[in-house]
Order: sequence, then C-alpha cells, then structure tokens
Amino acid sequence: MPPIARRISSGFRRSSSEGDRLKVDLSSLTLATAAERLRRRELSSAELTEAALERIAQTEPRLHAFLTVSADEARSQAAAADARLARGEPLSSLDGVPLALKDVFLTRGVRTTAASRILESFVPPYDGTAVARLRARGAVFVGKTNCDEFAMGSSTENSAFGSTRNPWDLERVPGGSSGGSAVAVAAGQCLGALGTDTGGSIRLPAAYCGVVGLKPTYGRVSRYGIVDYASSLDQVGPFARDVQGAAILLEALAGHDPLDSTSASADVPRYASTLRPELGALRVGVPREYFQEGMQPEVESSVREAIAVLESLGASVENVSLPHARYAVATYYLIATAEASSNLARYDGIRYGRRASGASNLLETYSRSREEGFGAEVKRRIMLGTYALSAGYYDAYYGKAQKVRTLVRRDFEQAFERCDVLVAPTAPTTAFALGEKLDDPLAMYLSDVLTISVNLAGLPALSLPCGVDGEGLPIGLQLIGKPFGEQALLGAGYAYEQATDWHRQRPEEPS
Amino acid sequence: MTTFEAVIGLEVHAQLLTRSKLFCACSAEFGAPPNTHVCPVCAAFPGVLPVTNRQAVEFAIRAGLAAGSTIAPTSRWARKHYFYPDLPKAYQISMYEAPICIGGAVRFSDGGIDKQVRLVRIHLEEDAGKNIHDAQADASLVDLNRAGVPLLEIVSEPDLRSAAEAAAYLRALRSILQYLEVCDGNMEEGSFRCDANVSVRPAGSETLGTRAEIKNMNSFRSVERAIEHEIVRQIELVSSGGTVVQETRLWDADRDLTRSMRSKEFAHDYRYFPDPDLPPLVVDERWTEAVRRNLPELPAARRARFEKELGLPAYDAEVLTARRDVADYYEAALANHRNPKALANWVMESILRIVRERKLDERLRITRWPVAPGDLAELVALIDEATISGKIAKAVFDEMVATGKPPRTIVAERGLVQVTDGAAIGAAIDRVLGANPDKVAEYRAGKEKLFGFFVGQVMKATEGKANPQQVNELLKERLGAGA
Repeated sequence: MPPIARRISSGFRRSSSEGDRLKVDLSSLTLATAAERLRRRELSSAELTEAALERIAQTEPRLHAFLTVSADEARSQAAAADARLARGEPLSSLDGVPLALKDVFLTRGVRTTAASRILESFVPPYDGTAVARLRARGAVFVGKTNCDEFAMGSSTENSAFGSTRNPWDLERVPGGSSGGSAVAVAAGQCLGALGTDTGGSIRLPAAYCGVVGLKPTYGRVSRYGIVDYASSLDQVGPFARDVQGAAILLEALAGHDPLDSTSASADVPRYASTLRPELGALRVGVPREYFQEGMQPEVESSVREAIAVLESLGASVENVSLPHARYAVATYYLIATAEASSNLARYDGIRYGRRASGASNLLETYSRSREEGFGAEVKRRIMLGTYALSAGYYDAYYGKAQKVRTLVRRDFEQAFERCDVLVAPTAPTTAFALGEKLDDPLAMYLSDVLTISVNLAGLPALSLPCGVDGEGLPIGLQLIGKPFGEQALLGAGYAYEQATDWHRQRPEEPS
Repeated sequence: MTTFEAVIGLEVHAQLLTRSKLFCACSAEFGAPPNTHVCPVCAAFPGVLPVTNRQAVEFAIRAGLAAGSTIAPTSRWARKHYFYPDLPKAYQISMYEAPICIGGAVRFSDGGIDKQVRLVRIHLEEDAGKNIHDAQADASLVDLNRAGVPLLEIVSEPDLRSAAEAAAYLRALRSILQYLEVCDGNMEEGSFRCDANVSVRPAGSETLGTRAEIKNMNSFRSVERAIEHEIVRQIELVSSGGTVVQETRLWDADRDLTRSMRSKEFAHDYRYFPDPDLPPLVVDERWTEAVRRNLPELPAARRARFEKELGLPAYDAEVLTARRDVADYYEAALANHRNPKALANWVMESILRIVRERKLDERLRITRWPVAPGDLAELVALIDEATISGKIAKAVFDEMVATGKPPRTIVAERGLVQVTDGAAIGAAIDRVLGANPDKVAEYRAGKEKLFGFFVGQVMKATEGKANPQQVNELLKERLGAGA
C-alpha cells in the first residue's frame, strides 16, 4: 500500500480570536454525522451554515469552487431549519444540512450560469425538480459551483469564469465537468453537493478529489431543471464524503417526476437505512478492457488491492469482457454532441441570456450572441454535433453511433448475466496538471475513457476513494451496477469503506 | 399542342381543440392578449422538458381511424431544427420517420361524384408562435401564445387533378375534423391551414413534374384561386420551353398571383433526429379500440344514409351533412315529425340563412339555434295537417325566431288557423266573383291567366287563412259552372 501522504486525521486547525467557543469544523463531519447532530440538537443549522460560509470565504481565493455563494439565502434557510428542528418537526434527515449545487441546476431567484457567458446574468424563474426535492426536505444551499461550460469538459477549465483548483494540489485540475461540487465537498465547504454526469462528470472529479460520487441509472433522478447538455446521457447525482452521504442524497433525489418523461417509475429503495457493513455473496466482474496499457501503475495497483479487499469480504471475482468498450469514446462524441447542438440552439439571445448589442439584423443577432456567448469547447461540440446530424451524414455518424451504443449496452447485459457489479478504475490516471490537456481536446476526451460506456448504457456507477499515488493524489475506484442497481453499488461501497479508511483522508489545508 | 394534367397534393395543418398545449399545461385557446399563455416550457427556458398531452394523441388517433389509417403502435417524436424568433427552442417537436397514423383515405363528393384521396400520413407537431412586424419602427415583436399548440399535419398523396377537386377534398377533410370535434376548421383564424404541392405533366404521363409548394392561402377561395393560377403559370412556363423550379411560392390574394419566396430558396437542412427528451409514443390496441367505439358517424356515411333512407336529393344530403351540428339538428327535428324533404327545405333555406346572417356558427358547434328543432318540426306538422298554409307558416316562423314562442301558441294567439270550411271559402269566392263580373266574363271567354288573380283575391279576403287547395278546387268549380 502506498504511503498516505498529507493525511490529517483531525481536520483543519485554525486560530480563533473568539477563543472560548470551539467552532464547528465541517471537515470533521460527514453528511450523516452532521444530520444526526442536528437531529439531536447538538449543532444548529445556523452553526453549520456559518462554518460552511466561513470556510468558503477562507478557501475560495485559492480553490474557486463557487460561481455564486448564496449566503443570505443560506442563512435564512438555516434559520427556518433551526425553527423546525426546535419544534421537533424536521422535514427530513437533510433538514438544515448545507449543500452545494453545480451551476447547471436551475434555482429560482439565484443566478444559474452553466459556467457560460451566454447565461452570465440569467436568474431562473423556477426550481428544477432535484433542487425542489432537496428544498422540500429542508436542505440549505450555500451556493452554485463551478463546472465546465454547459458541463462540457473533464477538468473544469472550460468554465467561462476561470478554473477550479484541486485542493490536493492547487496546480492540478479537480476533474470535470462537476469539478466545483467535488472540490466543495473535498475541501469542507459543504457536506454534500449535486453534480451531473453525462460521460463521467460526477465520477471523474470525485476520483480526482478523493470524494464519493454517484451517477445513478438514467431516469432514476429527474432531469427537469438542469441545463441540458445531452438529453439521453445526462443524469443528476450526489457527491459526499462517504457512501452513506451519497445514499442519503440519492434517496431524496430519486423517483418518478411527471415533468420528465424519461424519468423512471421504478420504486425507490431506502438506500441509506439498508446499508450493512457485510458484503454478502457479491459476484464482482473485472472488465479486462478497463485495465489498459498506459494506465498509471499506482491506479492499477490500488484498484487491484481494492478488488482483493472485496474478495476478502466474501465477494467472488471473475474476469469479464466488454468488447465494444473501445468504441465508446467515439460513439459518445457523436451522440452527445448531436444532442448538444440541438439542446443549445435555444440560446439565441432573443428571450433571455446574453444578446449581442449593435446587431443590424436577425442573423447577426443570432451569430454574434452565440459567438460572444459560447466558449471554444462548446462551439467545437455544437459544430461536431451539427455535422453529425446533417443530411447525408446522419446515417454514417449519428445513426451508426446509435447502433454501436446498442452493442455497448449489450456488452454490459452479457457481463451482468454472470456478476452483480463490475469493478474498474474511475480514470486511468490521477488528477493532471492545470493546462496540461487544454490545447489537446482528444487527450482531454480520453480522460473519460473508463466512464463513458456507463452513460451510453444508462447504468449506475459509483466512484469512491481507494488509494493515493506517489504524489499523494487520490485514486478512484469505480463500481458499475445493473439498471436500478444503486443499492448493490452503495452496499458494496459501504462494506469497502468499513474495511478501509481511504474515505477519511482530507487534503491538507491549502496554503 | 400538348395537353397538360395537373397533379396536386395538399398538406393540411389543423389546430387541435385541446385545452392545453402539446407539451405543457398552458392554455391553447386562441385570442388571448400576447404572451399570456406562456410558461418556461413553451418559452424554452433552460432545463425544461416536454410532457406529451394525451388528449392531443387521442385526437390524432380519432382522425386516423376516421380516415382508415393504420395507427402505429409505436411512433416517435422528432426535432426539426431552424432558427426563428417565433420558435423558442430553435426546433419544432414533430414526427418524422415514425408518424402516428399511416395511410388511409378521405372520401368526398365533388359535384355529386364520389371521389377519394389517399393519405400518406397524419402526424402530430407543435405550432410556432407569431412574429409581429411593423408594430414598431425598428423592432419585431414575438407572441408565444401559439407556440406549442398542437397541430395535426395531414399529408395527402398527389391524387388531386384540379383546383376544384382540391377544394372539395379540403372541405370534406374539414368537415370530418369538425365531426370528430378535434378542430374548429377556421381558415381565417388559421386553425385550419393548407399548403399545396402543385406540378404539371403531359396528359397520360406517369412521371411527376417538378413541384412548387404554395403557401399563404387563408380561405377556400384562395386555395382554389391559387392552385388554378399556379397550374396556368406552370403550363405556360413549360409550354414556352421553361422549366419549373422546386420552390416555395406565396399566394398574394390582393394581386391574385403566386410569387417566389426568395429568402428561403436555399434548401433548409432541418437535421431531424428522434427527440431524446421524449420516449417513443406507444398506442396500444385497447386505446385504439376505445377511441374507435366512440367515433361518430362520419359525413360521407351520413350523406349516403340521408339519400338512401330519407330519399333526400344528393344536394340536400350534402348541405345537411357538411356540419355535424346541422345534421344533428335536422335529425332532431325529423324525430318529432317525419317529413324529410320539407324539413330539409326549412333547415337549408330558413335556419341556415339566419345562422349565416347572425354569425351563429363562429364556434365548432352552433349552440344558439334560431328556433328549437322540435318547434321547427311542429311548424312543418301544422302545414302537413293543413292547420296553416305554407305562406302563413313563413310569418309564423319569423315570429318564432323573434319571440321564441312555439308555433301552435303563435297560431292560436293570432287566430291564424287555416280556413278549411268549404262553405266559408265558397262564400268568400262568391263575394270575389260578384265584385268582378268583367274579369269573370273574360276568364270564361278563355283568358285563363286570370285564375291566379281570383286565387289572390280569395286569399286576401280570407286574410291568407284559406286552404289554398280548397280555394283552387272551389274556384274551378264555380268559374266552370257559370260557363
């Protein structure tokens, strides 16, 4: 096992001029322990929220995880939660818990930008379903987190408002696209966060930042009220310090939504309360295609060790094959960009968002608003997708990609005939340096090589910490489940956490 | 010289009478103040998703079954892309590769000849909003009330051969949709719109000529005139060695011509693809059958029944069945008094005249009839039982319309009961003949035209109440007797 570098067991120390009262330290809490202490009234939501806001104020100059900090709203939500908790009438176990939202979640009255100039001053008139569900359960929203523009990217460097930095090494990317949410959880700026995952956008930053990230089954959580990237691939999911936190959030988020025709009506299990430390008779499959040449050796060794841990807990392990995995990235970049080119057509400067000034006719209004409003990567994907859907090219690109997508899905179906979960690394490497892949889109696209197939197949997948590399950077373990098999994933992840303590690591106080 | 044949196919857009829009809960009603029927979904805000209106799907099934189309067990929504301010998403949700209704045909009567047009497909799609130009000097305004209102697109095969035939088909189609209560068929308000694909070819040829698409026709008259003009234009063009260009042409009703829509000459690439926000639309057998059970009798069947069972002339049957409410009214009257032809005349000549004059047909269903069908039946019964004459009946009808009183009440109050007493009529005749000895002599000398004069005088003497048949008989008797 590699040495655990930079590990601080007791959280951050800070000098307090107020002296007598020990301040709440968010990094010593998990979502579940915070919720428990709120319920027992050992802590107030106001205290938790102030601690989060203070932590944000202290660390943001270095991390830049947030695009908007909604301190006033958070304080009034916390006060309302405290009033309910004082009456003994909490709305849920999330009542009063400070959370952060990727800035693609529409929040009524709070600016939502998708990290794009084109929505720089857009204030939504409505809450999306995921936000509404958390709000109805009493959650406190401390702010909106940075991400790649329109969730397009793997490093959060494509944000129109500057990169987010990895708290484990400020010269490295946090992963993307939901980088800000992963960082906010890793750096103790909140107790949990929401992201979206279209090709790995929750799992990759979770792996790079050493937190737990869950991409649920397509349709498990409503997509209503998230800024769309690729409709058939996008899925909402949680970040937390540990599996239990992710389970609590999923339980709040999951379920059919009449406003999303692609949301599933499958029953929602009690994800959090059914977690058990024992693994039971789990059949684990190891896809050989996911351990490829060029993988960082420490990533492979950590994941192999994790598989050994699962085996020691009673799992049976066998090798499986996903023969079409190598086509996944190409397939994804046709389907996702095609859908994106269509979904982003509405940003035309007419009804809301940025409108170029001084245009002399309609065409100019369109082209200049979009020229000024969209960043380079978004434009690249709109052009790719427009091409893929063009008359004469549709069959060769979009049509073909849909066929390959079916083959990718079938690979998984066959693998799942013999096992319950698949285990793989979340990414081939640990976090890369800021700027390293910015000028090489293909290299950037390949960061998602191990996460993308899951979106094409619509499956759930969990990323959780399973080690660190020689530089002390976190390594992510990816568990992939059957459709609506979140419970099995969370169960396996939870049992793994009970046997290891990778999830207890925290980045050193950034200085 | 070559003779030419026109080949015409119509694409009809019928706005559906659902309460809400196709993919959101906003009202689909026409005529509200601008931008009052708008929500984040139909204004295409970030993050919104469409949810299909089941009523609209059911209306499409109804139309498909009425036309004998195959109802697809699974159809697919598709996105059609183009940028325009009245299209908030910059794509229209429509159906492309997998429409909900496939095939079918519409039967119609063209000047008494039964014909039919085959349908290619019927599919659902959302309407766009409306751009308002010229309201302000330097800006255009957008009204999104109509954005997302459900439309049925009905595409015919190019089976039509003349403008008149096209208009007859269009009328029949509108009549069917009105019978089904899925569309109010108002061309002026745009709830029933039609584009025509027109081409010409040498008579006898099997290959299709290059077609032009004609738009902007907002009345039946416009459709007929525009197609006629386009046929002439194309024949003249081809005859003089030119070729028809595939293009969209706009009908200019003021100038009575079609002109090329140059701004859209270059072909659009709509980049259709299945809408990933909407699962395939599944219509199972049970749903189809439930809709089928509730289908009303359609105009063609009703027309045939009126001819066959009621013995009505083809023209009467056609007029009476063009609208379901009119046919229903007629049959309600008929149930009270079975004189099909007389009732048909009264409905066509008197009832529909008032409906037109007073514009009582502005909605899909006439709810305010000039007189109740039972009262109309009673009026005809009064004539048939010789209580009043046809002439008196007209006066009684006017009073029924004015007061709403039933005919028997009016007849009793005004003492309009017909005089059928032979003695009383005879006495009146004697008075008339006695007062006009010269005319009687002339008549008897052979000037038989004067018979009408005597009838008129007798009716006048009896204030129109004498039974005309009896007057005729008795007059003939008396005038002949003295000869």
